[in-house]
Amino acid sequence: MLERIHKAQVLMDNTCKDFGRQINIMEVCGTHTVSIFRSGIRPTLPDGLKLLSGPGCPVCVTDQSYIDIILQIADDKDCLIATYGDMIRVPGKGGSLEKKQPGNNIKIVLSSEDALQLARENPDKTVVFVAVGFETTAPATAVAVKEAAAENIENFCVLSGHKLVVPAMRLLLGEKNHNIDAFLCPGHVSVIIGSGAYLEIAEEFNRPCVVAGFEPMQIIEGLAEVCRLLSQEKAQVTSIYSAVVTEKGNQKALGIIDECFEAADGYWRGIGKIEKSTLKLREKYSKFDAFKRFGITETPVEDTTGCRCGEVLCGLIEPQECELFGASCSPENPVGPCMVSSEGTCSAWFKYGRKKNRS
Amino acid sequence: MTGKQTDKILLAHGGGGQLSDDLIRKVFLPKLGNDTLAELGDSAKLDLDSGSICFTTDSYVVKPLFFNGGDIGKLAVCGTINDLAVAGARPAALSLALIIETGFEIALLEKILDSIAAEAKKCNVNIVTGDTKTVEVGAVDGIFINTAGVGVRLEGVELGMDKIAVGDKVIINGTIGDHGMTIISAREDIQFQSELKSDCASLAGLTCQLLETVEGIKFMRDPTRGGLAVTLNDVARASGFSVEINENDLPIDPMVQAAADVLGFDILNIANEGKFITVVSADKAEQCLKICQSHPLGKDANIIGEIVETTDVPMVELKTKIGGKRIVQMPYGRELPRIC
Repeated sequence: MLERIHKAQVLMDNTCKDFGRQINIMEVCGTHTVSIFRSGIRPTLPDGLKLLSGPGCPVCVTDQSYIDIILQIADDKDCLIATYGDMIRVPGKGGSLEKKQPGNNIKIVLSSEDALQLARENPDKTVVFVAVGFETTAPATAVAVKEAAAENIENFCVLSGHKLVVPAMRLLLGEKNHNIDAFLCPGHVSVIIGSGAYLEIAEEFNRPCVVAGFEPMQIIEGLAEVCRLLSQEKAQVTSIYSAVVTEKGNQKALGIIDECFEAADGYWRGIGKIEKSTLKLREKYSKFDAFKRFGITETPVEDTTGCRCGEVLCGLIEPQECELFGASCSPENPVGPCMVSSEGTCSAWFKYGRKKNRS
Repeated sequence: MTGKQTDKILLAHGGGGQLSDDLIRKVFLPKLGNDTLAELGDSAKLDLDSGSICFTTDSYVVKPLFFNGGDIGKLAVCGTINDLAVAGARPAALSLALIIETGFEIALLEKILDSIAAEAKKCNVNIVTGDTKTVEVGAVDGIFINTAGVGVRLEGVELGMDKIAVGDKVIINGTIGDHGMTIISAREDIQFQSELKSDCASLAGLTCQLLETVEGIKFMRDPTRGGLAVTLNDVARASGFSVEINENDLPIDPMVQAAADVLGFDILNIANEGKFITVVSADKAEQCLKICQSHPLGKDANIIGEIVETTDVPMVELKTKIGGKRIVQMPYGRELPRIC
């Protein structure tokens, strides 16, 4: 292993020397961010290589108004809110789900199937599944919706906050941050969407994209592969996770997403509106659409806390540049979503990176 | 059993009357009975052969009550015994207080008491005094247990964070995270290829052997809630030195690691119930390690790191497998499963 690491480091060193300026690589996904910190990769990188953490943590990019909608639904004691664990601490305007817990109608689930089961077991309650995540969790939500339709489970509905990765990458390069030289793309999303999904990024924006898994060795070799492409001036998409990621992705999973959802414009916390970047339920499944069932629309609210998560998510600043970081905002008392999720950039910096790790 | 009237706990079982008396005489005494407890006095009288005793208490509210490798009863004995053990004491006696929800099955209570009795016997410790309260449905989740323990401090043993010095080694007696991941997996109903098993065990046998054999042991602690991250951060804060541990040297069961990875948990933050760290001077570390490794509760023991000078503020750092380094922070207190 050490030999492979050394080889990758030499390649990265040489590229940085040849480049003549800082190389900025964005790891899009929160799982990469955490793995990079946990395995101590940052301090081993050459000085000229900077990692930017991107908007790939589903909790972090969930708009505050979405949290407020969940809180509003949670006030209805005839509803059971079924949510993934790391959503419960995200602050909305009126607190967080964790603070609502005494009401006891908020249940942590690990999958959409668990949420559906909750509906089967509680026929007198309306179970609202807080469906967040990228293309990784969307197929499971779709399966649950189809099952609910097949079994006619009317007390189940989905508050879809699902988001799509590529539109966000497009927005970053197009409007938000021109300093990104290349992307390290997430293994698990790519299993679904396929490495081919990034071709438009590589071709249109002339930026290399490398798909890598989450093991430290994969990440190091993925970064080395990015350096190789940059040094050869090849804006290509390659995958070093080829054992599980194909060019076309998982057609079955993509098919079921398409059957249940359609792409819609949506709001990303701190970033704003991104065209065709979220998944909303198609008309034929509208009776399972929590937005429609409760007659609610997502209206983004201005964040007045001074939180700079939006800039962090775009790779424009590092967490320590936010005045709230480590002062009024910490994992114990998060102000912004990047501090809440275990996969959030601020949380990773706080837990693993403070004081000694350089950027 | 408590007669034919009921097989479930009623409020009256904690009321001090006939039902309470039945419960004590027909359920508790046959299982836990010893001369001291049998007196049923307001206090237990203990004859201890030392002027220096250690005294501790802990409450147990684990869910689920029964898990692979133990149950709330075994945990309530081991946990308190371990707190005495790592303080350098030989456990002498325990108290047992139960708060039971009305409707709790007496058969389950008996199962828990069997477990308490078996573990106490194994450790040669008696339950010498006790109390039972019953509460209405919903006031507790089934059963909560408190145990307190007294132990006799081993002669000549002085443990404390103030004894820790740069160069001391940190030893752990086996794999980390087993208990926490077993409980979390059971709670979340996640199945893995092979079943996870809690490491719940009483450590006094091994700690006493170490302390009686090796001079130069500075400090011991059992990394329970918050895992190794909390314990090592406590060491750094209180000693003023930093702690450096090596990822390659951490004993971790691959299945436990996989479970933690699935949920996005940092294994260093996960609870243990049969582990302790020993901080020992470098020249005695190998001797300690050998003793641990030849004991059933220490066969996977390893030297995981050492005490180093503080360059910034006292902190815990992990040297990672790939040759990097990262800080091990004090965890928040509640790990949340991640989304994907």
